[in-house]
Amino acid sequence: MTSDSHLEKMLGQGEFAVTSECGPPRGADAEVIKKKGALLKGTVDAINVTDNQTSVVRMSSFSSCVLLTQIGLEATLQMVTRDRNRIAIQSDILGAAALGINNILCLSGDHQKFGDHSTAKNVYDIDSIHLIQTVKHMRDEGKFLGGEELKGIPKLFIGAAANPFADPFESRVVRLAKKVAAGVQFIQTQCIFNLERFAEWMEQVRDRGLHEKVHILGGVTPMKSVGMANYMKNMVPGMDVPDALIARIKGVEKDKRAEEGVKIAVETIQQLKEMEGVHGVHIMAIEWEEMVPRIAEEAGLLPRPQIA
Amino acid sequence: MVIGEGKPIKEILAMIEDRSKILLAGCRGCVTVCCAGGEKEVGILSSAISLARQNQGKALEIKEVTLERQCDPEYLEEIRSIVDDYEAILSIACGAGVQFLAETYRTTPIYPGINTNFIGVTQEQGVWAERCQSCGDCKLHLTGGICPITRCAKSLLNGPCGGSSTGKCEVDPETDCGWQMIYDRFKELGCLEQLEVIIPITDWTTSRDGGPRKIVREDLKL
Repeated sequence: MTSDSHLEKMLGQGEFAVTSECGPPRGADAEVIKKKGALLKGTVDAINVTDNQTSVVRMSSFSSCVLLTQIGLEATLQMVTRDRNRIAIQSDILGAAALGINNILCLSGDHQKFGDHSTAKNVYDIDSIHLIQTVKHMRDEGKFLGGEELKGIPKLFIGAAANPFADPFESRVVRLAKKVAAGVQFIQTQCIFNLERFAEWMEQVRDRGLHEKVHILGGVTPMKSVGMANYMKNMVPGMDVPDALIARIKGVEKDKRAEEGVKIAVETIQQLKEMEGVHGVHIMAIEWEEMVPRIAEEAGLLPRPQIA
Repeated sequence: MVIGEGKPIKEILAMIEDRSKILLAGCRGCVTVCCAGGEKEVGILSSAISLARQNQGKALEIKEVTLERQCDPEYLEEIRSIVDDYEAILSIACGAGVQFLAETYRTTPIYPGINTNFIGVTQEQGVWAERCQSCGDCKLHLTGGICPITRCAKSLLNGPCGGSSTGKCEVDPETDCGWQMIYDRFKELGCLEQLEVIIPITDWTTSRDGGPRKIVREDLKL
């Protein structure tokens, strides 16, 4: 074990892991994140907190993760390199470990253009692969990037994202290989709507033997409506939403479409469970956290195994 | 070369609002090539300002000059004898030229008439595009001759990010994804394995982050 992470333990013991995520509030109300967390208690093994996703300013991932740990949940700190240089990053890594956060997800982050502060300067002192290297270096070498010794090691389980649906397709597995070489231990993928393409990517992953070096958690997002499906298809870069999926949701009555979205999510999880090299699912129910327990239940993921 | 483009005339008029006699200085260097600050643009801008001021009923005397370069001290000397006859200089050279004028003529206010945008190329007639961020530590041999610091909106060194879609950048559908271009180039060169190399964390001290930069060549000093 490289950390005290419950997620690392679950994956290490060969359990099919379940994670989810919470978007922090656009304000200073701690209750919002606690309520979202409480909805997921007992359903998931760890909860990601997004880091100013789509560059819209929210309560920090760091403080939201601390709030979750205070109510007994395991949090995964999402950290983007958009807003912090290596000084701030290393400082936050130490603070996060000191406050009981056990998992970190290393990301480059959405460009500020998409957010509500599009006139901001971005940082990108380092990229997401460098961030993986940074956490690993601090944890395993016990040193800062600058070379000085750390007093107290940040024992973090290191994660990153992978998007099998972005272009160029042939480069996607290469990027995963680089993340693995950098030291990543678990991967949460972009939302999977195109299972065929995901299976194709997984084949490439297995061809390189990467599935034995990193735990891959498939990303699953339930569609609430046709509007949401169209938005994801057309407005979110690097998202692959097949027309057949939109047609399937459109094909049922309007008040049953959310239900159909849940059904699709459950089916997706069931198929992912059967795929060699997929070690878990990451359920991202966007502003629909209350639906996660139902999806997990119907996908046969509950109760979560109790492990020592 | 350095690429620039003219500031909006309103902004320029506001800068020189209280002046009645100015020197308008162009440059025959980069800004001539990119049609932002050469002799021709000096003439056009001068006419536009004069017309606007006439309409405001506040006539303005403009002396037009175009220096060989505003980034070399010897050429700046060409206007020394006349500078004091004017209340201010409106320079349409790049930011370096404007600043060099200000350093040279310390008692004369200097105004910038163009925005300096980037180091780039003439892609086609009337189209210029950025190619270099002058980071001071060229990595083009690692990336197939395409700069990820400049051409990737996130300056990712190990890209492409998850926002690369059908060859375009997530930031702007008109902008090519830098890492797609690097991928295509590696493919053309038959060296896709280079995509697997992790380019290490950057030392930014050679970039602007190390403070204003300066090169001293002792072998060339007089």
